[in-house]
Amino acid sequence: MSKQQELDDQSAAPAGLWKVSTSPHLKSSESVEKIMWTVVACLAPPLILSVFVFGIQTLLITAVSVISCVAVEWLSQKALGRPVTIKDGSAVLTGMLLAFVIPPGVSPLLPILAAVFAIYIGKHLLGGIGYNFFNPALLGRAFLLASFPVAMTSAWLPPVKNLAIFSFLNRSIDAVSTATPLAVMKEKGMVAFTEIFGSGTDLYTSFFFGWRPGCIGETSGFLLVLGGLYLLYRGYITWHIPVSLLGTIGVLSWIFGGQGYMTGDPLLSLLSGGAILGAFYMATDYVTSPSNKTAKIVFAIGIGALTVLIRLKGGYPEGICYAILLMNPLSTVLDGWFKPKRFAPPLGGAK
Amino acid sequence: MKSLLTFPKGGIHPPEFKTQTQGLGIEIMPVPDELELILGQHIGAPCQPTVGKREEIGEGALIGEVKKGLGVPLHAPVAGKIKDIGNSVHPVRVSAPSITLTVNREAAAVRYERQAWQNLDAAELLTRVHDGGIIGIGGAGFPTHVKLKPPANSPVDTLILNGAECEPYITADHRAMLEYSAEIVEGAKIILKILGIKECHIGIENNKPDAILAMTKAAEPSSPDASVKIRTLQVKYPQGSEKQLIQAITGRKVPAMALPSAVGVVVQNVATAKAIYDAVVLRKPLYEKVITVAGKGIGRPANLLVKIGTKLKDIVDYLGGLQPGLSKIVFGGPMMGFAVSSLEVPVTKTTSAVLFLTKDEIDTKPHSQCIRCGWCLDACPMGLEPKEIGLHVEAGRSEVTEPFGVFECFECGSCAYVCPAKRPLVQFVRLAKMKAKRPQ
Repeated sequence: MSKQQELDDQSAAPAGLWKVSTSPHLKSSESVEKIMWTVVACLAPPLILSVFVFGIQTLLITAVSVISCVAVEWLSQKALGRPVTIKDGSAVLTGMLLAFVIPPGVSPLLPILAAVFAIYIGKHLLGGIGYNFFNPALLGRAFLLASFPVAMTSAWLPPVKNLAIFSFLNRSIDAVSTATPLAVMKEKGMVAFTEIFGSGTDLYTSFFFGWRPGCIGETSGFLLVLGGLYLLYRGYITWHIPVSLLGTIGVLSWIFGGQGYMTGDPLLSLLSGGAILGAFYMATDYVTSPSNKTAKIVFAIGIGALTVLIRLKGGYPEGICYAILLMNPLSTVLDGWFKPKRFAPPLGGAK
Repeated sequence: MKSLLTFPKGGIHPPEFKTQTQGLGIEIMPVPDELELILGQHIGAPCQPTVGKREEIGEGALIGEVKKGLGVPLHAPVAGKIKDIGNSVHPVRVSAPSITLTVNREAAAVRYERQAWQNLDAAELLTRVHDGGIIGIGGAGFPTHVKLKPPANSPVDTLILNGAECEPYITADHRAMLEYSAEIVEGAKIILKILGIKECHIGIENNKPDAILAMTKAAEPSSPDASVKIRTLQVKYPQGSEKQLIQAITGRKVPAMALPSAVGVVVQNVATAKAIYDAVVLRKPLYEKVITVAGKGIGRPANLLVKIGTKLKDIVDYLGGLQPGLSKIVFGGPMMGFAVSSLEVPVTKTTSAVLFLTKDEIDTKPHSQCIRCGWCLDACPMGLEPKEIGLHVEAGRSEVTEPFGVFECFECGSCAYVCPAKRPLVQFVRLAKMKAKRPQ
């Protein structure tokens, strides 16, 4: 056997052909799927807690939401002739987040409609992942709020006492209408609020650990922060958006939130509504937030300011959803204004 | 602990994979039967052959030179007979003019004697560097005699030798610094004399403590007209990039689109310093070099001293053949090297490594749409915007990519390394460079 033949034989394993591509030939182990599924995993603990707080219905509504988002993603990609990417977890994440921002007592039909609007119109008609300029989950919520205003503002479930998580199954489906803390504060004032929810440390603790009416995503600030900290630790999100956003809400609520200036309750403003969910999971969505650090800070301050404005002066009790949606399309503009700093300007100064 | 020197912005920490070869001494590979010498090994005009077909030549004989334009001569690595003047497979340009040399095994090896250089003047030293065929053998391939003659309007005060070797797998410079420490330091002193300066820093990443020790020893004692200092660098890619290395060691920032001489610095690779020593002290032209052969796809990884022109297939034969699962052959490091498709490719003066990578060592995932996570912005050591360049190139708008910094990109691949969507960002940049308009 000649040398050449020998060589050919050796190189014939496994396929006889070598790959040729441009550098780098080495890539990190991170991937879009890994990021998405990690965020989904971070949202699991608050979801499980919500089952204990509100009953099994939260799990049902989340399942409906996730399944419909994945199904709509599959259908959209098939219909538009694009590669199907349902395994990357981004539709699952949208489904989770959508379920987290709607009242758990609504009809299961609502998340299905929201999924169609969020995934098909809000994401795939705009070009698919990476090209949607509104946060899909919040877009779904905004769509529902506009279409079913009554259900979306009244189908709250009161926290179930004594951990009777299956009590829902025994009762007929009558979503006991109850008002969320921010709605009570807005419509009935601080006195009524204190009567219903208490005050002081008790209030903060019960809000922080999730014992109050609201969306799934509003229940446990504690578990949401924990998940957010894990995402920070993994480097999937940076501190810029959560810190600037929560900081802005806290400061502005303190200044303008009370009877006079500087008498607001910053802690309450952060613990109520969707501030924590928004700061760690919604506003940090890669696609719809700026990429540059400075732009991130400006973006988050904008969201914080708009949130407080809507909470205090607007028609809705909670404003973070619209605040984020309003800032979303500005992301690319902000990226253009606050560009990363170059290594060094050319000779003779920057152009 | 004293904080280690590094560049502040961007950079990545890929796995090092150096354990395979870092403990292996430099091994002299037996000369194969035939060598393939590519005529254009450097940046500039390719050499014109100075020998004819069937001509018998001796070891170190001149076989090609550049008559007009930028370039350095090419020499025969061994005695032999010119078999052909034709074309060779080239790692990047696919095909390139070359000289095929049939090795004469009868001829005795040339013995080089040490010659005093201290009393030669800078011009004579520079001529020897040129005549020795010296180019930047760390990878760039820029003719060294040109680099050592910086423009008169930007005086140079510092020489930096690059011993960072930040690319994964490669250990050739590491071994050279261990085994040729004295030669490298003497090479540095020659460069100092050519440049008429006194200060030299040798930057080495701290994952090579033995090399740092050996080089520190070799650099002593420091004389008043030639101070050679070893500087320990943090392990971070791309630490060995010229601009990043200069910033880490001197704190100076080379302006965009400018050369290091703009901030008074000349950078040479440690391997080039060794080649300069050979060319000046031994009068031995550059015709062999140390390369790292590594990866799971080769029988026996090694640091080899090979003749320029040695074909890949001879190296494979010598090192125990290809292993099953081999998926990609890379000339150079895994971050900036070129994948080759044939074992006929010869080693050139700028080859620092040949990697035989198996399927589990390389990335084969298909890329997907940009999710604008911005990780590439954090990884880019130049402060550019790879994601924007990629998006524009994908949309067919390469011409508008200049504001995002395409021409400042030196293609280190940090952006593509961190990209979770596995986007070929370096490829996008290369496409953009072809179509975008260069700033004047």
